[in-house]
Amino acid sequence: MDFSALRNLISRYCTGEENWVDSRTVYIGHREPPPGTEAYIPQRFPDNRIVSSKYTFWNFVPKNLFEQFRRVANFYFLIIFLVQLIIDTPTSPVTSGLPLFFVITVTAIKQGYEDWLRHKADNAVNQCPVHIIQHGKVVRKQSRKLRVGDVVLVKEDETFPSDLILLSTSRDDGTCFVTTASLDGESSHKTYYAVQDTKSFNTEKEVDMLRATIECEQPQPDLYKFVGRINIYQDRDEPIARPLGSENLLLRGATLKNTEFVYAVAIYTGMESKMALNYQSKSQKRSAVEKSMNAFLVVYLCILISKALINTTLKYVWQSNPNRDEPWYNGKTDHERQRHVMIRAFTDFLAFMVLFNYIIPVSMYVTVEMQKFLGSYFITWDDEMFDEELGEGALVNTSDLNEELGQVEYVFTDKTGTLTENNMEFIECCVDGHVYVPHAICNGQILSGSSGIDMIDSSPGPDGKEREELFFRALCLCHTVQVKEEETVDGIKRGIHQGKATSFYISSSPDEVALVEGMKRLGFTYLRLKDNHMEILNREDEVERFELLEVLNFDSVRRRMSVIVRSSSGHLYLFCKGADSSIFPRVISGKVDRVRARVEHNAVEGLRTLCVAYKALSQEEYHNMCQLLDSAKLALQDRDRKLAEAYDLIERDLVLLGATAVEDRLQEKAADTIESLHKAGMKVWVLTGDKMETAAATCYASKLFRRSTQILELTTKRTEEQSLHDVLFELGRTVLRQHDSLTHDTFSGLSSEFQDYGLIIDGATLSAVMKPAQDDSSGNYREIFLEICRNCSAVLCCRMAPLQKAQIVKLIKASKEHPITLAVGDGANDVSMILEAHVGIGIMGKEGRQAARNSDYAIPKFKHLKKMLLVHGHYYYIRIAELVQYFFYKNVCFIFPQFLYQFFCGFSQQPLYDTAYLTLYNISFTSLPILLYSLIEQHISMDILKRDPSLYRDIAKNCLLRWRIFIYWTFLGLFDSMVFFFGAYFLFDNTTFTSNGQLMTTNTQMIFGNWTFGTLVFTVLVFTVTLKLALDTHYWTWINHFVVWGSLLFYVVFSLLWGGVIWPFLNYQRMYYVFVQMLSSGPAWLGIGLLVIISLLPDVLKKVLCRALWPTSTERIQRLKADGVFQRVLPQGHDSLLDPPQCTTET
Amino acid sequence: MMASGYSAKEEDGHHPGASGATGSGVAKSKKPDNTAFKQQRLPAWQPILTAGTVLPAFFVIGLIFIPIGIGLYVTSNNIKEFEIDYTGADMSSPCFNCSQGPSWNSTWPCHCSIAFTLDQPFESNVFMYYGLSNFYQNHRRYVKSRDDSQLNGDKSSLRNPSKECEPYRTSDNKPIAPCGAIANSLFNDTLELFYIDPNGTRTQIPLMKKGIAWWTDKHVKFRNPGGTNLNLSMVFQGTAKPVNWHEPVYELDTDPENNGFINEDFIVWMRTAALPTFRKLYRIIQKKSNMTPTLPRGNYTLDVTYNYPVLSFEGRKRMILSTISWMGGKNPFLGLAYITVGSVCFFLGVVLLIIHHKYGNRNNSADIPN
Repeated sequence: MDFSALRNLISRYCTGEENWVDSRTVYIGHREPPPGTEAYIPQRFPDNRIVSSKYTFWNFVPKNLFEQFRRVANFYFLIIFLVQLIIDTPTSPVTSGLPLFFVITVTAIKQGYEDWLRHKADNAVNQCPVHIIQHGKVVRKQSRKLRVGDVVLVKEDETFPSDLILLSTSRDDGTCFVTTASLDGESSHKTYYAVQDTKSFNTEKEVDMLRATIECEQPQPDLYKFVGRINIYQDRDEPIARPLGSENLLLRGATLKNTEFVYAVAIYTGMESKMALNYQSKSQKRSAVEKSMNAFLVVYLCILISKALINTTLKYVWQSNPNRDEPWYNGKTDHERQRHVMIRAFTDFLAFMVLFNYIIPVSMYVTVEMQKFLGSYFITWDDEMFDEELGEGALVNTSDLNEELGQVEYVFTDKTGTLTENNMEFIECCVDGHVYVPHAICNGQILSGSSGIDMIDSSPGPDGKEREELFFRALCLCHTVQVKEEETVDGIKRGIHQGKATSFYISSSPDEVALVEGMKRLGFTYLRLKDNHMEILNREDEVERFELLEVLNFDSVRRRMSVIVRSSSGHLYLFCKGADSSIFPRVISGKVDRVRARVEHNAVEGLRTLCVAYKALSQEEYHNMCQLLDSAKLALQDRDRKLAEAYDLIERDLVLLGATAVEDRLQEKAADTIESLHKAGMKVWVLTGDKMETAAATCYASKLFRRSTQILELTTKRTEEQSLHDVLFELGRTVLRQHDSLTHDTFSGLSSEFQDYGLIIDGATLSAVMKPAQDDSSGNYREIFLEICRNCSAVLCCRMAPLQKAQIVKLIKASKEHPITLAVGDGANDVSMILEAHVGIGIMGKEGRQAARNSDYAIPKFKHLKKMLLVHGHYYYIRIAELVQYFFYKNVCFIFPQFLYQFFCGFSQQPLYDTAYLTLYNISFTSLPILLYSLIEQHISMDILKRDPSLYRDIAKNCLLRWRIFIYWTFLGLFDSMVFFFGAYFLFDNTTFTSNGQLMTTNTQMIFGNWTFGTLVFTVLVFTVTLKLALDTHYWTWINHFVVWGSLLFYVVFSLLWGGVIWPFLNYQRMYYVFVQMLSSGPAWLGIGLLVIISLLPDVLKKVLCRALWPTSTERIQRLKADGVFQRVLPQGHDSLLDPPQCTTET
Repeated sequence: MMASGYSAKEEDGHHPGASGATGSGVAKSKKPDNTAFKQQRLPAWQPILTAGTVLPAFFVIGLIFIPIGIGLYVTSNNIKEFEIDYTGADMSSPCFNCSQGPSWNSTWPCHCSIAFTLDQPFESNVFMYYGLSNFYQNHRRYVKSRDDSQLNGDKSSLRNPSKECEPYRTSDNKPIAPCGAIANSLFNDTLELFYIDPNGTRTQIPLMKKGIAWWTDKHVKFRNPGGTNLNLSMVFQGTAKPVNWHEPVYELDTDPENNGFINEDFIVWMRTAALPTFRKLYRIIQKKSNMTPTLPRGNYTLDVTYNYPVLSFEGRKRMILSTISWMGGKNPFLGLAYITVGSVCFFLGVVLLIIHHKYGNRNNSADIPN
């Protein structure tokens, strides 16, 4: 962070007189340009060292400690530890120091190890050799010594050592192929272009002769954006300026493919390369459970402080009698007597704090972290979420949100690639209203002539024939598809057998591949791009060549792309294809109405439609266009805007040719998944950039909307007729009328008895709704809109820009119920919403890996969302909820007896338990069973959870961590600790047990002291707390048995050992034989058994009664299963095991 | 977590091509193992707590606890216990005079004797206790005011006791042995028991003073410095007696097996009581023969050598005689608690049975679809 500030400072200082503060000038090969052109300002750039490690050998200890103690919890324990060191406290500093030390050490070792790995990786990268051209020779250097301005030689399959501007390649056309698999996961080969004027350089000598400077922007993390300019000085003429774009920029981390070698010049090095800039960590998301946990912690902190205050006050009230304060048998030292009463009181307060501090256990943080970290492995291990085709299973990028998966209320999903396969199939095309369907779908067979075409309409006339061929050629030319003549290509592959070699079409857009392939089936085969000429094999098996002059690339704002080509006969054409909404307004002739009708028809069928138009250009027009484009491309600032303006001017006055329809099939089980999510009480929103009809058709197909769903439309079409205000209020009224009738049950808005609403809204209307309030009435729009949405089970938002997707998520997140949102998407356009939502899920799709990389969890297919939420999410939530509640419970049980004991020991902070017990209670006696529980508990089997999604509602709204339940657990803890303490108290009361109590053999009489008392309480405590967990466990594997009984056994063995030896390193031997002596008395056994049963009784009773009288649906299912009814029910294939599917929430 | 996420990406970036080059080969090995554990499908016993399953447990607990409770209660009631307060707080009490004096400094011991009558004979061994009330042996300052290594016979600790013993660590610049508040406040009343025959003769009842401490305490935890053979007064030379004591530690008893740190009265005292009202074993009256009871019915006197002041902190001193049973001393609480819990469980069992019949069946039948 400070680094970038420094960098800015330097650059500002160095580029003082330059036009652009945020740009840099790079001198290729460190050669100055000819004098007089510009002042030579040497700029300082960082070297090419990559530093990903956080620590060095020297600063590891202080820096790591500092980072660790920045966590509030660690800091709290540090304070407690320091207090123990400073003042005279009841418990030794070891009791809190040891766990803290343990936690800090383990964390430090883990982080140190990770950092060591990073150091190793850094070194490997920084020392790997690169080839640098110096004085016309190739010199090998370590990568870290590479400087900005060095000319680098990179060979095939090598990785680029820094961000480079491509000067020339071994290929004649100045292109090279690159995979960016390690950057964004896209394994397809991308083409990069050398600078026009330097692409002919083939030797080191030639490259060395080059005198040029590159002006470019300062590094920024966007991988796909780059603007710059190269000035080439030749023979003291005015420099030739050429634009540089992202197509000239080779990114560090990418690999050169299919190209023998390239020469390139380094412009961004080391930590300034785009790859390094992209490592910035994402903002941390916090789960709802964590928030509840923190709230509970605050409560416990208050309890802790009030306990300490109460005891301190009572102590001084009690001590007001000097014979109590200092009886003759228990004198104070002079030092103690002289201390000021306020200081004494404060010290006492701190001592009480220390005594009770275990109520907030350091181990809870450790256990929760471990649970999350280890638990997330079950997601990656899941066999059912493994996709054979992709060869990958689910990925966990953050384990902090596991339990949030069980709390989702809103699901925002992308359509293309998420709900649908993004596996395009060419269905038909329509030229001037004539429909062509390639009926013989046999892959790889070139079907000659019209045999492959099924004419629906009557054959067009000769004029039509010409238009038809123009249309086919347009589709063959207007694209950015590459032909790959290799067999092993990842990503999108389609075979075209050309007799001998196998080739594939590769493109970043699957639509284009589908179109080009569709054309092949219709007789026009795109062969390759060679020397800037596109070659097409037409129906007569002749090769037609078109010179590719300009490509106006696709972008999501314009929603169209164009090419300008020159045919072999010299005619110039501009072909344009794009979404209907972006083409129709630009068309001046053609059979618009017929095409539009067909497009709309196809859209309703759920097909993706594109329109194709063309324009014949005169030489003059072409020249104008070239100038327009060049000037825009050369601009350093606002290049994007200028380009867009230029495109807008060029793509005008088109002639409509026709339209295409491509089918994007629904993903396997997408409908089933959506239905399950609905049943689980989630509201599913589809956010798509597609047009309304297509999207709505997909929604019907995926059962997002059902036949019974009443569709509410909030679209531009409607708002044109009525004002937005009226539409909103009308819809609001419709929905609210419904709402009033079901206020008694907010959950069953989806159940079949009630009218089901679906909302369709488009991007334009949405932005109108979201527009900040100008007057009072419009400020309400947002609220009304939210109210409508709340009552709709499904919402479809179409025509959405990527940023709008994030806005919607934010809107819902901020609404007054603060629902938990989940966003799922596969493309770069979904990243913003994935980052915005509480849980972001990426689909490892065809549009690259960006979504998966930015997500919290990545899954191969949409259908895996079902298991992810309904099974894993449900389990994690149940597990962590129990973990949190149980941890507080067991520490109340642990500490409250100590509090009570203060009333019997003159508020002297005498601990009830021995130091070893205080220390080990949370670390070893009671830690493993709950950790194991929180890893493998399954209250219901996986299959039932999947089969009956409505069970998900049982845990909705963080219901296991509500205050009511928290208070129940706390009171249970209080009750249990009262039982422990007063049970032991009555056993030890003067009339009973303190005195004699004899072993079975008669020669030992016991005089039980305070440590035996504490040990008795502690034994009851450990057994009760462990058995309580055992009662809560619904899934007893052998590991559970081993851990639960093992930890009880461990307690007994440890106590025997601890009391069995005079430990030389201890300065007290108070536990010596205490445990054995206690166990040798009959009443102790009887007492322990009795107290454990009394403590467990209320909880068992509560469970049994609740289950019998007010069972939740989860409990009913458990019951059914236990009674064996389940097996009988299964084959009948009921969706829900419970009829009617009434959701009973515990009241 | 953040750090590990970071490192994962780092590796991605640093080994470019790894996934691309070996692409399909790696894919196979990425497939998760299909083991029961990893797939969360370990065979498991899945119990649930329902009225049906819990019912038998409740009845069983009821049926077991009630007899145990009755047994405990009866046993406890059969134990004979006699308690007498000899503090002397009342004017009428024979020990009133002794209790008023500033005893620690008194040069001669104050004697008083209290007459009492046992209505029932005490069979078998009888245990004699002294009891103190309102005495905070569990006060933190008090509990830690001892040096266990000194008591274990460690010579260096003998000369240089632990700091915890302050302010009872040194006296006249000599280390105190045994140091600390606990040792300093050793109970030093002497209690003697006389049986008054119907014909008026006083017979002293023999009191055993050995075997009253834990065996492990006497033989392991507490040891005289320098072993047993040496002359104790030599060993303790250079140390001071605790300020409140009348005689040094090596004169606690004449029996070398019961002198110094291993004096059983001392060991018993050193085990700090859990609660401010406590009793400690003082002597054992051993059964003489099978024919006569250990303590026959009749009149007794308790002769007290009154040294220990308790009135200053409103304490009380008692002498207790008690027999014991297999389950220890008189202990009605445990028996009553067992009976109560047993009955509650039984009652709950009945309630649950009703609920089970009424609701359990309804739930079962009504919810089974079709």
